[in-house]
Amino acid sequence: MPSHEQIFEDKIEREVRIEPKDWMPEDYRKLLIRQMSQHAHSEIVGMLPEGNWITRAPSLRRKATLIAKVQDEAGHGLYLYSATETLGITREETIDQLLSGKAKYSSIFNYPTLTWADIGAIGWLVDGAAIMNQVPLCRASFGPYARAMIRICKEESFHQRQGFEILLTLSRGSEAQKHMCQDAIDRWWWPAVMMFGPADESSPHSQKSMQWKIKRFSNDELRQKFIDVCAEQVKVLGMKLPDSKLQWNEETQHYDFGEINWEEFWNVVNGNGPCNKERLAARKKAHEDGAWVREAAAAYAAKKNHSSEIR
Amino acid sequence: MLSAYLIQLADNALILGHRNSEWTGHGPVLEQDIALSNIALDLIGQSRNLYQLAASRMNTLSPEKEPVTEDDLAYLREAPDFKNVVLLEQPNGDWAKTILRQFYFSRFQLLQFRDLLNSKDADLAAIAEKSIKEIRYHVKWSSEWVCRLGDGTTESHTRMLNALEELNPLVAELFTTTDYELAAATGGWGTDPASLQPDWLQAVNATLQTATLPLYRDEKKPALLLSGKNGFHSEHLGFILAEMQFLQRAYPGCDW
Repeated sequence: MPSHEQIFEDKIEREVRIEPKDWMPEDYRKLLIRQMSQHAHSEIVGMLPEGNWITRAPSLRRKATLIAKVQDEAGHGLYLYSATETLGITREETIDQLLSGKAKYSSIFNYPTLTWADIGAIGWLVDGAAIMNQVPLCRASFGPYARAMIRICKEESFHQRQGFEILLTLSRGSEAQKHMCQDAIDRWWWPAVMMFGPADESSPHSQKSMQWKIKRFSNDELRQKFIDVCAEQVKVLGMKLPDSKLQWNEETQHYDFGEINWEEFWNVVNGNGPCNKERLAARKKAHEDGAWVREAAAAYAAKKNHSSEIR
Repeated sequence: MLSAYLIQLADNALILGHRNSEWTGHGPVLEQDIALSNIALDLIGQSRNLYQLAASRMNTLSPEKEPVTEDDLAYLREAPDFKNVVLLEQPNGDWAKTILRQFYFSRFQLLQFRDLLNSKDADLAAIAEKSIKEIRYHVKWSSEWVCRLGDGTTESHTRMLNALEELNPLVAELFTTTDYELAAATGGWGTDPASLQPDWLQAVNATLQTATLPLYRDEKKPALLLSGKNGFHSEHLGFILAEMQFLQRAYPGCDW
């Protein structure tokens, strides 16, 4: 009889999805809970910087599209929390970890949205980087995660096109609009490049994650792919990426790029980004202000169950 | 007169949609954040259909003028030009106040749009038909929440009582008839809101009763001096517009 471990390793080897009721190593479970809940939190915290512009969107069409986009993110958070629950942790526990600061979320959402062009830049660059990361996750070894990612990726690529289209409109507009567009690209470019995480040699969880086929490509491989794509797309906008060292390299068939400011990266991860405090405070406020609403709903549901039992 | 009537319908939908969208990302629980954002989206969609129709009627009437668009109507009018009822521009307050405002309005809008299904204006009737499916859901969702909060905990019940106290004085405006509504009703393309009051009262009170809340009484108190439908608004509307219209005002004549 093969052992649990052997069956598990064999499934990973043969690309058979691991399902919630299957045996899995404790470390695999922990790694997934950590990654999937962080991913869910990122969707929820990510609603804030964009939600910031809903009431100021410049046309009715843009307003409707932005609400729909932020609402999609709430939906993504919801499927990811549900998928995480299949690993034996409740949504409440996961959310408590976010609110207590124990769990992290993507650092990109700790940057502020200062102008309307930021909504375009987030769509193009931030959603673009997210897609690069997430498309390989559609083949992740854990079934519920892979299936959630398939749905999410479809919607994300739609968001990315919308973001690019916002920037394209600005890039063809007035001088002030063009300036707004370039300024947003200047501010979002490096944080987006950092979204792929630390360089491979200093990424502690990467190796295990690759071995278990949760992750398929290294941080640096995905980052290079992202830079190669954006360096071409920015030409369509007639704008520039803020990197004087960005240059096509015939030999490698990739773009060379400048030094990443890892000090800034770790600073933001460790809570000193421009909006870390505001983002967490907004989530806590929504949670605390909503407590009486959740209690009322639970009390009412209990009453209704009780009265239907009597009947 | 038709365009004033259409703009009134559109302004109601836009202003409430805008207020609801302020909750996006801040709701008490994820599923309800999504539900309220969805209602915001429906209302903004309705406002767009109505502004587009108003704009097309205005452009036909005055072909010599620069054509008007939906965004001109939403973004380039001043507060006294807006015709939404004062109820809808009120700040969101807590979940109880937001729910009660939605419930009162959706109950009203359902009756109003049911009449508009028979509008002589075929385009308006078509908008009513499309919107009424959404409004039915808004009524169901908000009624369920009125019951949950009214008959939930002591705290939620008290919060609903506070919401009733704040919003009840603003309800009568829904049923006061303006000149342009009277003209619309007489012309056969609109409805006189005063005629909707008995049905509204019955439906609203049935829910309030289930929710163990005090019934709405139509006391003939002195009428509120504000009249949003005639452009006489509370101070809240100016701030909504300052925020909503900022980009269009700061960068005139741009495409977005």
